[in-house]
Amino acid sequence: MTDTVPVIDWASDFDVLDPRYITDPFSIWDDLRTTCPIAHTDRRISSWLPTRYEDVTAIAHDIAHFSSLRVAVIPGGEDDEPPVDFEGPNLEYGLPPISADPPLHTWTRRLLLPWFSHRRVDGYVPMTRDLCRGLLDGFAEGAHADAAAGYAQQIPVRVIAHILGVSTDMSDTFTMWVRDILEFADDPERRQRGAEGLLMYFVEQLEYRRHNPGPDLLSELLGEEVDGKPIDDGIILGIAALVLIAGVDTTWSAIGSSIWHLATHPEDQQRLRDEPGLMALAVEELLRAYSPVTMARLVTEDVEYGGCPMKEGDKVLMNFPAANRDPEAFEEPDVVRLDRAHNRHVAFGSGIHRCAGSNLARMELQVALEEWLHRIPAFSLEQGKEITWAGGQVRGPRILPVVF
Amino acid sequence: MKIRVDPDKCQGHARCYGLAPELFDVDDYGQASVIVDEVPTELEDKARLAVANCPEYAIEILSE
Repeated sequence: MTDTVPVIDWASDFDVLDPRYITDPFSIWDDLRTTCPIAHTDRRISSWLPTRYEDVTAIAHDIAHFSSLRVAVIPGGEDDEPPVDFEGPNLEYGLPPISADPPLHTWTRRLLLPWFSHRRVDGYVPMTRDLCRGLLDGFAEGAHADAAAGYAQQIPVRVIAHILGVSTDMSDTFTMWVRDILEFADDPERRQRGAEGLLMYFVEQLEYRRHNPGPDLLSELLGEEVDGKPIDDGIILGIAALVLIAGVDTTWSAIGSSIWHLATHPEDQQRLRDEPGLMALAVEELLRAYSPVTMARLVTEDVEYGGCPMKEGDKVLMNFPAANRDPEAFEEPDVVRLDRAHNRHVAFGSGIHRCAGSNLARMELQVALEEWLHRIPAFSLEQGKEITWAGGQVRGPRILPVVF
Repeated sequence: MKIRVDPDKCQGHARCYGLAPELFDVDDYGQASVIVDEVPTELEDKARLAVANCPEYAIEILSE
């Protein structure tokens, strides 16, 4: 990752990759909300950072002024021309539906949604539970573990591989590519390695599935017709890449942050053990307090919003995590109340781009926590060991040593 | 009590279904709907909970 110049004024020169923002964005948002609720920066590209619930949700709903054609928080590949030495396919449609506006957004999203309906997700529960148990078998007999790399990181990638119909043997490679694209987007070499690796892999997979269809998402997309014609390969490739990119380190980050919370809040850990029926509400509260995902929008024409002169081509970073900590929208937002009854959190976004995989993410988080608590006795952070966090587009712990 | 989901506002967060599957369903495309004509008295609190958790303000109480 390239070094960032330390931030002095968060209101006019913020940097989401500043180490302070990655480890403790909460106090920065609190300051901004009371002084300058929509911050600006010229770092990388002119970008705005709303921090209030009302602003974030209003901008998410104004799709005419705020397009999803550029959703990367760290402008990388999508904002540049493809590098000349890149021999991969040209994703002229980006990663629909996330990086699309209607009408492309509408029909590609309809293709994807049934794969993540609550009924379909119920069917993925047994394999997710087995997967968690298998991982726990590997370290539960010991006295310590890396809850991020050894557990959280291992779960969503395998569930997604199963849905896509690709080999779970590739899980570590998938994780590496996705981290290259999201977490190390500031490093052109890593970004390109991830993008190229992932796309070339899916090009091969599409070719294979065309002749050997199975009961999986890739095969279904290949067999689908829209307006009497097969779907363009570039669109199928974009959807496949999206499912992998969006389905891996987002959920893994939420699982890791939740375990971090329980490790540092023994009273909440005990409460979930004593009151397992609280888990569904607790999952929503942990998603609110530790929302992993920030998405970007592209300003389509000069517009003034909240007194800010936004210019065509600027980006707006949809700060869903900060919205979820806004005291105007949540009572005592910095306190995790596992049984919070009023919780209109927007961890999965707001408006037409609501996370298509939210049912799956929620299920994975719940099952991962249930199985962890079932198997691991009282646990806490391992003293003297460093915890590392990733941030930018997706925030969560990457190394999380715990003892039990 | 009568409740309704505004289909134009619903974006498929499925929070209502998660909180009160006795009152709501969500179809394969994320569209939520109310599956009872009248909310049974013992489920009225659950209905209010669903209203208070919808991120899109899509659930309305038509009559108490």
